[in-house]
Amino acid sequence: MSVHPTSPEFKSNAHGALHSPSLQKAMGNVEKGFIEKRRIAAEALPEFEALRDSARDIKNHTLAHLDLYLEAFEKRVLEAGGHVHWAADAAEANAIILDICQKAGARTVTKGKSMISEEIGLNAHLEANGIKPIETDLGEYIIQLRGEAPSHIIAPAIHVNKEEVEADFRRVHTHLDAKRDLTAPTSLLAEARGELRARFLAADVGITGANFLVAETGTSIIVTNEGNGDLTQILPKTHVVVASIEKITPTLNDVAQILRVLGRSATGQEMSVYTTLSTGPKRAGDLDGPENYHVVLLDNGRSAMLGTEFEDMLRCIRCGACMNHCPVYHAIGGHAYGWVYPGPMGAVLTPSLIGVDQGGHLPNASTFCGRCESVCPMRIPLPKMMRHWREREFERHLTARTTRWALRAWAFAATHPKLYGLGTRIATRALSFLGRKKGRFTSLPLAGGWTTWRDMPAPEGSTFRTEWKKRGRK
Amino acid sequence: MSSRDAILARVRRSIGSSGADLTRRATVIDRLTRRPKSVIPARGQLPPDERTALFCAKAEAVFASVKRVQSATEVPEAVVSYLRSNNLPQAVRMGADGRLSALPWNTQRQLIVAVGPSAGDDLVCVSYADAGVAETGTAILTSGPHNPTTLNFLPDHHLIVVHAGTIAGDYETVWAQLRDRFGVGVLPRTVNMITGPSRSADIEQTLLLGAHGPRSLHLIVVG
Repeated sequence: MSVHPTSPEFKSNAHGALHSPSLQKAMGNVEKGFIEKRRIAAEALPEFEALRDSARDIKNHTLAHLDLYLEAFEKRVLEAGGHVHWAADAAEANAIILDICQKAGARTVTKGKSMISEEIGLNAHLEANGIKPIETDLGEYIIQLRGEAPSHIIAPAIHVNKEEVEADFRRVHTHLDAKRDLTAPTSLLAEARGELRARFLAADVGITGANFLVAETGTSIIVTNEGNGDLTQILPKTHVVVASIEKITPTLNDVAQILRVLGRSATGQEMSVYTTLSTGPKRAGDLDGPENYHVVLLDNGRSAMLGTEFEDMLRCIRCGACMNHCPVYHAIGGHAYGWVYPGPMGAVLTPSLIGVDQGGHLPNASTFCGRCESVCPMRIPLPKMMRHWREREFERHLTARTTRWALRAWAFAATHPKLYGLGTRIATRALSFLGRKKGRFTSLPLAGGWTTWRDMPAPEGSTFRTEWKKRGRK
Repeated sequence: MSSRDAILARVRRSIGSSGADLTRRATVIDRLTRRPKSVIPARGQLPPDERTALFCAKAEAVFASVKRVQSATEVPEAVVSYLRSNNLPQAVRMGADGRLSALPWNTQRQLIVAVGPSAGDDLVCVSYADAGVAETGTAILTSGPHNPTTLNFLPDHHLIVVHAGTIAGDYETVWAQLRDRFGVGVLPRTVNMITGPSRSADIEQTLLLGAHGPRSLHLIVVG
């Protein structure tokens, strides 16, 4: 990958995030917005749970036949007059896309929002070769101006406050009246719309991702709200789609099943504003649309996940529900995760794609509360897979020595029930005695990581096992 | 080995198949030809009148405006009245679609009708939907020589004429119609599913209308 990961520094990243007042203010918007909207949308559709099962089954079927659906998709793209390119890794995908841009004589390219393009570090590669990439999704545009990576897979600038956006616009849009009023979010949106309109019309190549690649018709589908992805794919002479191989979906009917859970899980919308099916270049007689249509199919580690305990992750449709519901993500935001994909899905995917030595900390940052799995439209067992990563990390001796000692001590106690009972009885009584006045501890030795942020409740006198026994006798 | 063959070989190795496995091939061909429908929400499965009403209600819920007219001959008047009530100049752009050009535009003497794709300087464009989907208030439009896609994205105001008779309960019904019209496995360059006007919540999760696409979406439902 071209994006240098800071995932190995996860702990210090998280520490910094917890101490950033502007980030903490911005992250408040995640919790209050997404969760309630998703709940209302899910409850308004009686078939929602059945659709989640259906969506899961479709993807499982597709993954079990992925080679054949990829071939079927390729055949249909070629029949429609498009081109298909296969890229084993990020470097190859970047080289293919650069070559297409150079052959098109491109000076500027517009881009629809694409996580795959973030994953392969496409913008840096184009820039290094003299081609200017312009992000057109409002959130992506904001973070491109700031030189940042997205901190959320569907709301890339969720970590940015409106005052910061205003400052960035004033810094970059210097040709506009310095006295203009940008206090209202609507004026910020209008300014971005005005700035980007000319860019859309002038771009030589438009690059989008894909939410779906449809084997039945050789179609790429994008699901958006702003319309930027559509302007990106209809105005320039060349449309390039970059998507990973697991985006394949067999038929349009299968797409309809997954669409019904996608918008609801992501933003609580029953349907996103623009769901657009692109098939090949413009046809004879068409008065607009691209003359060239290219699909770049990226593997970059997916084929190695198939058939392993991480295969379920390939069902992910990138809705963001897992991070929207994650208490860890709420506390530290997306950048702390240190690479492209944050939150629970990132904690599973990052070690798969960049290695457990790089991303091994991420699956440790979970309380296993299970909210991610409970809202995942594709029913991906995220906590289970994070546990698999912890096991692999332990097996490969990547776990910190103190953690290994603690685990060893725990294992010894847990396999000696009498010793365990004695130990917990003593500890419970001691803590109960010490905490009897306040009923909680505001600081504890060796547990500052906990008590700095919240109080530790004091035990009320006896252990769970003792209480269980008492009740059993009654 | 090409990257194509290397990727396919890795996929087959991980799946544990040689690729020549006839059962797997048959399963794939079966799904692509049978195209199972699975779960269809009950909410759109209604008699025509109620289906149209649901379509209108769902579109309005996502901030589209809706005007219902009895017959297609009333469409030009409805367009002019929309322009007037939004203080817009009496000018629209549309494609050469026969369903639109057949309408009595000459009854609206002040209205200037331009025909062809948009270059980005039109305030108002008019399109004709191929279908509507009641379950979410979605309009379906297909590209073609007489239906340029730029009309759907570049104007500030997008007006879509939807014939009530084309409003389906669910997306699957519309896919079947597209297969009948264009052939199995074949689609025009662009199929747009449009549900409300353009919007963004990228600044502090505040919903704002009019991001890069049309700021307003007005549906004229005929019949």
